[in-house]
Amino acid sequence: MAGTEFSNAMMDVPLAYYLVLSAILFSCGVAAFLIKRNIITVFMSIELMLNAVNLTFVAFAHHWHQVSGQIFVFFVMVVAAAEAAVGLAIIIAIFRTRETLNIDQINLMKL
Amino acid sequence: MHLVLFILFGGLCVAGAVNLLLQRHPINSALSLIVVMTSLAVLYLLLGAEFLAAAQVIVYSGAIMVLFVFVIMLLNAGEEERTTGSKAAYLVGFPGAAALLGVLAFVFLSQKSALGNARLGSFLVTTSDLSRVLFRDLLLPFEVTSILILVAILGSVVLARKEQ
Repeated sequence: MAGTEFSNAMMDVPLAYYLVLSAILFSCGVAAFLIKRNIITVFMSIELMLNAVNLTFVAFAHHWHQVSGQIFVFFVMVVAAAEAAVGLAIIIAIFRTRETLNIDQINLMKL
Repeated sequence: MHLVLFILFGGLCVAGAVNLLLQRHPINSALSLIVVMTSLAVLYLLLGAEFLAAAQVIVYSGAIMVLFVFVIMLLNAGEEERTTGSKAAYLVGFPGAAALLGVLAFVFLSQKSALGNARLGSFLVTTSDLSRVLFRDLLLPFEVTSILILVAILGSVVLARKEQ
């Protein structure tokens, strides 16, 4: 009996741990977004923040036994893919006209 | 088992995220982001989201990150240089992110008993469950996202095209 109780305890992880993990990932994303000077890395930190929020959605979907949380993640993935395609195209267009990826030198919308 | 896998892949996630923050070369940041996304796929499996785990590997680790690595190599991005702007960003960025993490962690850990435990295998969303909701109840939003993808394809082609 003690063995099954032990294995039951091993099967459980507090949901708060998942949420704290996603908070850590989100904070790393925020810090990288503010600190990084390369426009591609800044864009990657946005993807990291999106992933952190996705983990929260999946964790709460597990907690409430609802499918809709995972549907949200599905739509976030679709929008992130579209956003990555358009954003990287914009980065290529910026690099063509300015020849730099440093965001300190990209401070005007118009050249 | 659940706890061991959670600590292993959660630790890998955090290590990848911190490495993204510390590396100066964008290709190193991109590769550590791939580590984060792939370990997140394992965490999705632990939470019973099998379709999303597969989609995470295919869409994020596969498609999106390959696109990023392509662009980094295409633009020949080198190490980022330190500027005056980066000094101010260091002063604001690290304390701001640490404060955000502190607040969120405090809220989640103070609600730890109310949130309960995540049990391995207690909730499993199969692909058929997900598709039943997606194609029956949410058919219109699903079709709208396909229009969004179409617009994104056209937009990226127009934006990345060489000016005549």
